[in-house]
Amino acid sequence: MDLFEYQARDLLASHGVPVLPGGVAETPEQAEAIAREIGQTVVVKAQVKVGGRGKAGGVKLADNPEDAKARAQDILGLDIKGHITHRVMVAQASDIAEEYYFSYLLDRSNRTFLAMASVEGGMEIEQLAVERPEALARIPVDASVGVDSAKAAEIVDAAGFAPEVRDQVIAIAVQLWDVFSKEDATLVEVNPLAKAPDGTVLALDAKVTLDENAGFRHTEHAALEDAAAADPLEAAAKEKDLNYVKLEGSVGIIGNGAGLVMSTLDVVAYAGEEFGGVKPANFLDIGGGASAEVMANGLGIILSDPAVKSVFVNVFGGITACDAVANGIVAALQQLGDQATKPLVVRLDGNNVDEGRRILAEANHPLVTVVDTMDGAARRAAELAAA
Amino acid sequence: MSIFLNENSKVIVQGMTGSEGSKHTSRMLASGTAIVGGVNPRKAGTSVDFDGTSVPVFGSVADAMKETGADVSVIFVPPPFAKAAVLEAVDAQIGLAVVITEGIPVHDSTYFWAHAQGGSTRIIGPNCPGLISPGRSNAGIIPANITKQGKIGLVSKSGTLTYQMMYELRDIGFSTAIGIGGDPVIGTTHIDALQAFQDDPETEAIVMIGEIGGDAEERAADFIKANVTKPVVGYVAGFTAPEGKTMGHAGAIVSGSAGTAQAKQEALEAAGVRVGKTPSETAKLMREIVGA
Repeated sequence: MDLFEYQARDLLASHGVPVLPGGVAETPEQAEAIAREIGQTVVVKAQVKVGGRGKAGGVKLADNPEDAKARAQDILGLDIKGHITHRVMVAQASDIAEEYYFSYLLDRSNRTFLAMASVEGGMEIEQLAVERPEALARIPVDASVGVDSAKAAEIVDAAGFAPEVRDQVIAIAVQLWDVFSKEDATLVEVNPLAKAPDGTVLALDAKVTLDENAGFRHTEHAALEDAAAADPLEAAAKEKDLNYVKLEGSVGIIGNGAGLVMSTLDVVAYAGEEFGGVKPANFLDIGGGASAEVMANGLGIILSDPAVKSVFVNVFGGITACDAVANGIVAALQQLGDQATKPLVVRLDGNNVDEGRRILAEANHPLVTVVDTMDGAARRAAELAAA
Repeated sequence: MSIFLNENSKVIVQGMTGSEGSKHTSRMLASGTAIVGGVNPRKAGTSVDFDGTSVPVFGSVADAMKETGADVSVIFVPPPFAKAAVLEAVDAQIGLAVVITEGIPVHDSTYFWAHAQGGSTRIIGPNCPGLISPGRSNAGIIPANITKQGKIGLVSKSGTLTYQMMYELRDIGFSTAIGIGGDPVIGTTHIDALQAFQDDPETEAIVMIGEIGGDAEERAADFIKANVTKPVVGYVAGFTAPEGKTMGHAGAIVSGSAGTAQAKQEALEAAGVRVGKTPSETAKLMREIVGA
């Protein structure tokens, strides 16, 4: 889960990282009130989970509360690369003497954590990494050891921080590790980490990504989710514990196992090329068990998507044999009754496949077509969606 | 031969008394696996009956190993307790720890992987179906009755695609099929399995299944080019996955331009691997290679 800047800022502050005073506003009036409380020049920043908001007009300075209200008025509702701005952060503006960069992240390739730091902050880090790799220190962090002040000093010295900020940055590096490890983050990135003219080092902007698998030990993280931005079908699926992702096409997809479902999307898209570019409407993994109840819940979600023209049910009967899956499909259609209005193409393969197909043939549901192969079934589902 | 698991493997189950653990212990026993014990400190000294087979419960992995000579542990322990379970297996120096549990925080898996470095335990998973050497042993949740022993080696990030491929090529059969898991950090990689299949005299050809996210397939492609002389066919899932969305597996996500299926396919093809467009086409490519 990616956090908004204001959420990341609050999380950093709660672990002692120095940040500037500020708050989040959903209306121009709220922005004005926050600016009044700060009592000096503020910066009004669009809260969207995408880069490049400055160039898009999403970051403005305001000299007084009335000005902050006007700038918030301009920015709220702004479309930044497809992300509509629903909130702004109003923070005390700071003069910046120097900009630095600091992050911790999960390094998948090396199966470890990585600290990255540079005294040349402010620019996009990907650009810095390509253009001046020598200016970016990259220090692996052993997950079973972590970052204490000695390790932090190693990182800070590798990046070449000047003596007058060294101790401050070391302390911040330890605090940021606290955020990263104690909050179960996979990314904590401060860009810029800034030195104010008085020599104080502060986190001016931060990105934080939290591991949703760690939700069981951070019940407070659930409140950070941006429920308003979620697709309504995705939200409904989540409530039923279904692994669903809304896509752009018209063939509803149900399968068991993440890999098989991803593969099903691809096969449908290939088949769809023949029918004017028909594409899959969603990802939905009902898991290895594929019980009747889960099948009914899944079908219910997919059939409530107005973009869906046909449905492809692609199940490999491994742990659960095909006869049980077939019974599940028949029971699910019975449960759904009149709600089931779109043609279903079913492909079953694996254990007890003959019995599974026999059960479907016997049920003889008018909406169901059984096709023996995955490729053939994808083609039929695409054809039905194009009809 | 087979890799990592054979007819002499003695398997214990951590989390055997839970619902998933007991269901799959029963299935593993039915497929001929030598299950020699379960681990649960609160039920040490008792035993559990699985369709007439009595399996003793031990208080720790170390006790189970001492009493039974176990060299493989299959772990079904739920996410909040999985880290401790894996660390216990590693500290007891068991040869192979197969972590089936889905939903383990990545800080925990990165920790236990780091802890296992330099030790004597191979970790497979987490979030994986385990591995099967058909006709010999089955450690995990892979259905045993969809294929037979044979000459193909299979390594895959995905469970159901593993089953699909095993089923499509069931007449030829498999030396070992191994699901390495769909998490961002996993113990055994494509490369580890490719090396083992290359060294296994019984394996004549290899199927490698990948999916979006990370760069494991690209690294595997480099490895194949330099080290694998046996024929390899590949399949990659997730060409239609949108950027920034997790597709079921925690690790299956395209981030910016990194981790795309396209890049993985190109890397594999550049290494001389024939890549199928669909699972069936991949199976067909394998048939051409083994002439069956």
